[in-house]
Amino acid sequence: MSSREKILAAVKANQFSHAELPDLEILASLTASNDDLVVPYTAVASAGGSFVYEVADYEAIKTILQKEFKAGVEIISGIRELPGYTFVEDVRHQLSHSFANVELCILPSALGVAENGALWLTEEQMVVRVLPFIAQHLAVVIHKTQLVPTMAQAYQTIGSASYGYGAFISGPSKTADIEQSLVIGAHGPRSLSVFILP
Amino acid sequence: MSSTTTTTKDHPQLAAIFNRDEPRVNWHDETLWWVRAKRDIAAHKLPEWELLRETASQIKNNVLSNLSSYLEQFEANAIKNGVIVHWAANAEEHNHIVHQLLSERGINRMVKSKSMLTEECHLNEFLAQRGIDVIDSDLGERIVQLAGEPPSHIVLPCIHKKKEEIGDIFHEHLGSAKGESDPKILTETARQHLREIFLTRRAALTGVNFAIAQTGEIVICTNEGNADMGAHLADIHIASMGMEKIIPERKHLGVFLRLLTRSATGQPITTYSSHFSKPQDGKEIHIIIVDNGRSIQLGREDFRNSLKCIRCGACMNTCPVYRKSGGHSYHTAVAGPIGSILAPNLDMEKYADLPFASTLCGSCSNVCPVKIDIHDQLYKWRQVIVKAGYTPKAKTIAMKGMAFTLASPTLYRAAGKMGRWTFKHAPFAVNNGANPWYKHREMPKAPEQSFGEWYAKRKENKK
Repeated sequence: MSSREKILAAVKANQFSHAELPDLEILASLTASNDDLVVPYTAVASAGGSFVYEVADYEAIKTILQKEFKAGVEIISGIRELPGYTFVEDVRHQLSHSFANVELCILPSALGVAENGALWLTEEQMVVRVLPFIAQHLAVVIHKTQLVPTMAQAYQTIGSASYGYGAFISGPSKTADIEQSLVIGAHGPRSLSVFILP
Repeated sequence: MSSTTTTTKDHPQLAAIFNRDEPRVNWHDETLWWVRAKRDIAAHKLPEWELLRETASQIKNNVLSNLSSYLEQFEANAIKNGVIVHWAANAEEHNHIVHQLLSERGINRMVKSKSMLTEECHLNEFLAQRGIDVIDSDLGERIVQLAGEPPSHIVLPCIHKKKEEIGDIFHEHLGSAKGESDPKILTETARQHLREIFLTRRAALTGVNFAIAQTGEIVICTNEGNADMGAHLADIHIASMGMEKIIPERKHLGVFLRLLTRSATGQPITTYSSHFSKPQDGKEIHIIIVDNGRSIQLGREDFRNSLKCIRCGACMNTCPVYRKSGGHSYHTAVAGPIGSILAPNLDMEKYADLPFASTLCGSCSNVCPVKIDIHDQLYKWRQVIVKAGYTPKAKTIAMKGMAFTLASPTLYRAAGKMGRWTFKHAPFAVNNGANPWYKHREMPKAPEQSFGEWYAKRKENKK
């Protein structure tokens, strides 16, 4: 008998009487909200170390990025409305390691969570999985209408979508492993800028 | 290096070593209490918190009652996703699988993100003996690895270390300036060092926080991004999971991800909650499903609920014994209250001391996000351990003497008299190191007479 069969047999013999799955609808309806979610999102994300900008259009994003990042640094963009940078589709087949010197990566997200500041990105938006982790700084663009109150609604939105890889990203990479002192910039991006469009 | 290399010292002895430095104990105590307080603030912000806990507990009930079919479902879906699934009955088999995956590919260096399961299996030592170098990439784990120690906490691995000590370790191993102890600078030093590691390792091992039966995907939570840096840059990603990490459907993450980090550190969520479903083109994902005693625990009716644990560490942060005795005093990979109900399942004799390392105050059960009855299980383990004859000898003799005395009214009265006389006339006989109750305590002042004597006299006076 293989370990698989042995383990499954032992589990089968020891698992106890059936217990039903609880209803998740109550939690989803308790936390549902039609309020403006930009304000609570901004408060939570800022507390988590993100820079949140509510902007009118892509021009406004461009202006902020030009101010924050000097010319000459390597910037990769996944957003067609933000041209002038290396477009992520054009580097899709490059070795992941070749992005080690990327200063800024700009990606779109279609789902943000007000209760924790998290943004959902799948491979579709990242194109290259390592990009939002290896870049020194990360910027994410999202529309106001794409914010939901809690993770309950977030997973309702994701539903049974198929993806190879996806991640909720809620701030810059951080650690408090040394005497519980919060330090921003552990292994991933040293900052996360979130641009909220109408 | 190992957390439990044939230790002969038990929890009270190891706690006594930790307690030699009183200011440090107070600092450790206060730091963890601060984390506990942050948890409270986060939990109290959600009016539906108790419903969340109850829902999570019920989902885990359902998981434990159908675990075999969920495991098969998970395996089938993971295989459909192009993932290779392995099964390990015990720690040794797990370690052999990892070793084989590496040696078949000629890999002798691996980067690893946090996995308490590999601590439980002593993977690093196993691989080191076979010439494979493992570097832990979580900052706290890297620090204790360089110090040659096991983690002392499942979420905060080096919570027992002062920044000056970390500065010394980094100066010795990573070339930071002598005397440098600024957490920002030390973290930057680790960032540079580990970036080099991420970029040069062909294999990455991670733990698993949740495995979804419905989709075959696994979810890994970190604040640092180290699991992703390792896994996305490596050719082969090995994910080791205890089989109790299964949850039925993706939507259930909407319950667990709301609870996990709020309970752990008071954050609303970790920075990264990464969902791995399919390998990248030309790369591999291997998932090792590990039993290592879990199926036995599943069959112990009184203790099976311990398998609901999502490893948040809240029970440790709140535990008055853990905070004052330190994680290493538990001499097992998972310390604190939850570790004390998990470890005796693996080796009842070796960990017979752990269920006694508790005041049974119940705070652990109150903060547990999946409502494990931790303190009840600690109490129940005590009965099992005593019945099995694994109690410490001194305690056994003392308990037998007590039972003998309590069974005879004459002896009981005589012993009471003797005790009161001793307290009054020879306090030095009990206020000394030979009496374990005297440690960190003054013995109480003895009354002149017992209640029995007082009552008899009162009756006499009334006549």
